[in-house]
Amino acid sequence: MSSTATTFDSAAPPEAGPRAFIRRLRHGDEVAHTITLVFAASILLVTSTIVYELWTNSHLSRAKFGWNFLWTRVWDPIFDNYGALPYIYGTLVTSAIALVIAVPLGLAAATFLAELAPRRISDGIAFLIDLLAAVPSVIYGLLGIFVVVPLMRTVVGPVLKRTLGFLPFFQGPNYGVGFLTAGIVLSIMVVPFIISVSREVLLTVPRDQREAALALGATRWEATWKVVVPWARTGILGSVFLALARALGETMAVTMVIGNATVISASLFSPGNTIASTIASQFTEASGDLYLSALIELGLVLFLITFILNGLARLLIVATERGGQHA
Amino acid sequence: MSRLNLIWRKSLNVLMLTLTGVAALLVVSVLFLILGYLLWNGGKSLNWAFFTQLPKPVGESGGGMANAIIGSLKLLLLAALIGLPIGLLTGVYLAEFGGKTFSFITRYTTDLLNGVPSIVIGIFAYSVAVLPVKHFSTFAGGFALGVMVIPITVRSTEEFLRAVPGTLREGAMALGASKWRTIATVVLPAAKGGIITGMLLSLARVAGETAPLLFTAFNNMYSSPGWGQPTASLPVVLYTYASGPYDDWHRQAWAAGLVLLALVLVANVGTRLALSRGGAARGV
Repeated sequence: MSSTATTFDSAAPPEAGPRAFIRRLRHGDEVAHTITLVFAASILLVTSTIVYELWTNSHLSRAKFGWNFLWTRVWDPIFDNYGALPYIYGTLVTSAIALVIAVPLGLAAATFLAELAPRRISDGIAFLIDLLAAVPSVIYGLLGIFVVVPLMRTVVGPVLKRTLGFLPFFQGPNYGVGFLTAGIVLSIMVVPFIISVSREVLLTVPRDQREAALALGATRWEATWKVVVPWARTGILGSVFLALARALGETMAVTMVIGNATVISASLFSPGNTIASTIASQFTEASGDLYLSALIELGLVLFLITFILNGLARLLIVATERGGQHA
Repeated sequence: MSRLNLIWRKSLNVLMLTLTGVAALLVVSVLFLILGYLLWNGGKSLNWAFFTQLPKPVGESGGGMANAIIGSLKLLLLAALIGLPIGLLTGVYLAEFGGKTFSFITRYTTDLLNGVPSIVIGIFAYSVAVLPVKHFSTFAGGFALGVMVIPITVRSTEEFLRAVPGTLREGAMALGASKWRTIATVVLPAAKGGIITGMLLSLARVAGETAPLLFTAFNNMYSSPGWGQPTASLPVVLYTYASGPYDDWHRQAWAAGLVLLALVLVANVGTRLALSRGGAARGV
């Protein structure tokens, strides 16, 4: 016992080197910590630089038009007079159309996947739907131009006019391109987001909730619609917000089918523009400083809207998933 | 009365459940419609010249997109060089080192960055990398894509690091390894498959991005040597050709669409397969 202690003691001086080395390794931990921390901080830097650049580069436009930028309906590069209202209108209208189609469709499909389909089939379909979300926007635009636009011009448009033509939304000339076409293409693009997030949220609803409802004599549908869906409603709302944020910012597909016109019209057949499609189609042509600045301010508006929506969506989804875990 | 009620409830049950199934089928069929259309139209127009030749001047038929394919590869390389290291190390920070508050802020910011519309990323890259030098460049386009790569890589890296069992870390530490050695020699190798998968997926996602390239990498009729000149890229050329008035352009746009979609789908399906096999081996 004591001999081992002695050998240990006698070995102590030469171990000073390794000990210092170990201490330095601990510093190595700190170095690694610091390096990764710096990279993590760089994400904050990038995000705040985005805000900074949008803010400073839209300075000219903000100084000249102030808040009026948001509710002026003139967009005139020749006389250097810019207002974003037609584009804000176009963005809201196309996104609204997209949600009106995508929310019921997506929610129904998510219900099917989470509640009815056997787990393996559900996972398989969910994977296919993830693939749908991975299809690049420009390919949706390509199909929009060559498939959806002709279909709108020859089939869907005329049918809507005949059946719902008394509504102001479905009057006026139908070119095939326009708000409605953009909204439909958008709905296809955002539906995968609604499905995959809603499905996840629905799957977190505890089993006993369903079983209790079924035991009380509810049908499968009643258990789903009156118990499971209400339980998950915050998360579902989050998925809708996420889809909305995506629809608002979607650029290429919309640019390719919306018809590129500065118009506020009740008719959904009318060509128009969204904020994103305006930036995409006019940015490289912007000759004057004020013109460019106005386009960048459009970008700022879009950024702020999606920033707020995304933030809200995340909070909602986190809130439901936590609720599901605690119960 | 109550019997009628029961019949009503049961038929409603069947009806609504069927409708949900129809909805799911409808959405999935869209994927196959897209695939079918692109295979049909793109397959007709795809030939060897598409991969090897430069675009012909407007009006002449034939030619290909060799410059756009190379351009896209160069842009992806830049995006990988810029985005992947930041994404990886931030993921490591969040999974292994992070404290509470700063991690939460970083995670939240990453999600928000992920949600920033790609066109806004384009404006950002334009103001940082185009405005100061006053010309479009491959570099600016790669930078824009690189920014978009970051958030996806962060989240997937963090997720896969967290999936590594804590016992592995404890084992390494018990053997006297310091924290960074544990991470570098035990944890990261264990999560290697997943992390690489996540990186490939994030690159596949930005490979199809068009909006951030419109006014950063711009477009180019010719090949673009070096990194300082505007360059063609598959998505931007696809956009230009599809919106243009010429039949020959449309033909080429379909071919570009098929190549792009094949790229994205192969990356997605391949990584998913690799992942499910790796996941089974790890028992995750």
